[in-house]
Amino acid sequence: MSVLVFVESTNGSFKKSAFEAVSYGARIAAQIGTEAHAVALENIPDDMLKSLGEYGASKVCSIKNDSLKNFDANVFASVINDIAAKLSATIVIFSMSYSGKAIAPVLAAKMNAGMVPGAIDLPKWEGSEMKVNKNVFSGKAIATYALHSEKKIICLTPNTVAAEKTENKSSVESIDVTVPVSKITVKEVVKAGGKISLTDADIVVSAGRGMKGPENWGMIEEMANILGAATACSRPVADIHWRPHEEHVGQTGLTVRPNLYIAIGISGAIQHLAGVNGSKVIVVINKDPEAPFFKAADYGIVGDAFEVVPKLNEAFKKFKSAV
Amino acid sequence: MITLTSTLFFYFYRPSEMHRNKRQNTNEIMKFLVCISKAPDTTTKISFTDNSTKFNNDKVQFIINPYDEWYALVRAIELKEKLGGTVTVLNVGAADNEAIIRKALAIGADDAVRIDAEPDDALFVASQIAQHVKSETYDIVLCGKETIDYNGSEVGGMIAGFLDWTFVSLATSLELNGNTATLNREIAGGHEVIELTTPFVLSAAKGMAEARIPNMRGIMAARTKPIKVISPVSAEKFSSIVSYELPKEKSGVKLISPEHPDELVNLLQNEAKVI
Ligand SMILES: Cc1cc2nc3c(=O)[nH]c(=O)nc-3n(C[C@H](O)[C@H](O)[C@H](O)COP(=O)(O)OP(=O)(O)OC[C@H]3O[C@@H](n4cnc5c(N)ncnc54)[C@H](O)[C@@H]3O)c2cc1C
Ligand SMILES: Nc1ncnc2c1ncn2[C@@H]1O[C@H](COP(=O)(O)O)[C@@H](O)[C@H]1O
Repeated sequence: MSVLVFVESTNGSFKKSAFEAVSYGARIAAQIGTEAHAVALENIPDDMLKSLGEYGASKVCSIKNDSLKNFDANVFASVINDIAAKLSATIVIFSMSYSGKAIAPVLAAKMNAGMVPGAIDLPKWEGSEMKVNKNVFSGKAIATYALHSEKKIICLTPNTVAAEKTENKSSVESIDVTVPVSKITVKEVVKAGGKISLTDADIVVSAGRGMKGPENWGMIEEMANILGAATACSRPVADIHWRPHEEHVGQTGLTVRPNLYIAIGISGAIQHLAGVNGSKVIVVINKDPEAPFFKAADYGIVGDAFEVVPKLNEAFKKFKSAV
Repeated sequence: MITLTSTLFFYFYRPSEMHRNKRQNTNEIMKFLVCISKAPDTTTKISFTDNSTKFNNDKVQFIINPYDEWYALVRAIELKEKLGGTVTVLNVGAADNEAIIRKALAIGADDAVRIDAEPDDALFVASQIAQHVKSETYDIVLCGKETIDYNGSEVGGMIAGFLDWTFVSLATSLELNGNTATLNREIAGGHEVIELTTPFVLSAAKGMAEARIPNMRGIMAARTKPIKVISPVSAEKFSSIVSYELPKEKSGVKLISPEHPDELVNLLQNEAKVI
């Protein structure tokens, strides 16, 4: 019996969510008296693999195979399934991210495993039954899921359980698996040009219809630049093509849970809140003191964005140059 | 809600090679299967009953899960209109789900299947759907990217896993040329254009189509379109929800004067510690 953590990597490096997943897996392994192993499906240098031990992984391996360059959930699931079998893993951990969301359910069917799609805390155990919390109704409630299958898959919601460092006792190992041939041909990859990805960002600066037009987004982007933040928007703003639809957050767009969400000229409709109310701290800037967003906010400024934002940007700049 | 019979039996599904061979040498029309689930309207105030163990659906308006309706269903109908073929909608759920099924038929699906079972475990739902897909000759199974109530994003991938069909997640466009499909899909930090041949399963995200409002003719036609009700196969239910809670209320907003934005910076740094 062991715990296997799929660690996500992009262009050869790990994201914060990968360390969170490893640490989470290691703590679950400790709960049930076993070890956690980690696997990356990219060609990762050994010293980087070894660093996963700092978060509690025992064996760490990466599969170096060109057929894994293109993302194919079935191929990835098949490889992880083989590795899980070789390491006798009965629990597999993913991050609830683009790739985790795609691979985990395919693997669940293959392994005949029960699955929790988006855990937000450490599980509790009653014998072999596991209970863990998950956000439901787009963050409007929390549900306790119970899993009673022998094999279990848990997708961890990024930014909910912090990674904890421990003594590094990891060993980098190689593992032999057959990689099936993908049925997908990738014709073109369009990367969203070096910008900070919205779902990984610690800070998100978001704006809505209150900005009046796309030409006014300069000050929003400036704030994001100063803070090292990603930019987001409300749905109507994406619908009328003021901003790319990748930025649309809310019930029908992306869900984000940054440490800080700054909402500028957004009314705070329930469907918008559904995608952002998991944020640790919410700041609202709106000229209407009755805007519903203030009810969900920690800090607020009632004022005209066109006056407040430039001043705030100056204040942020001053703060950044002081630290 | 877990029934005895469903927990007692156990099913393993094998990829349906037969199905693929059956389709290969034929020049048949495309058969689309769109999986629709029922979800509470997006403005629903969420509450619970029975000591916070059950969702309170009193006065709740139920709709077709937006991703299933706006994107998966509409795109399947558009392709059928352009290229020919049939669109079947499928729902795993109780008889009162027929209202949302009729709406899907009014939007333009040809017929419907309802698998008469409580959809309270994703793997169970997916195994029901996979079993039905095996008994038919669908080319593409379309799901939504997630349901807006339990936010699982799991049923589509599980169907693909059971059938051993390729799973394309977060597809934002779908074009067909014979049995070759070209799709756009979202990946971490961008998107990509991919190609593959049928059969496959996809999950539909924003961008794939524009929502359609059913017209009078569609609503009338829907009344006589067939809804086939089939019994579930036995399959295990591995997960259940044991209780719910509402998130802690915010303690109230702290307002800062628009004249003193540096005060906000100070609070974010020293009180909230987020910058
Ligand atoms: C099924 C469904 C799903 C939906 N999904 C989503 C979703 O995922 N995401 C989403 O965002 N919406 C979603 N919506 C839409 C949602 O209901 C709201 O209509 C939308 O969020 C409003 O966007 P907004 O706040 O940018 O615009 P508005 O509601 O027009 O609000 C603009 C705000 O800007 C303020 N303002 C105006 N001028 C200024 C100024 N100079 N300075 C400061 N403030 C100013 C106004 O006071 C107002 O509060 C959905 C709706 C439905 C029905
Ligand atoms: N009970 C159901 N009946 C039919 N399709 C479903 C059902 N539940 C989920 N689906 C499909 O699977 C998708 C993902 O659902 P979920 O995994 O629950 O987030 C939905 O958008 C639907 O297309």
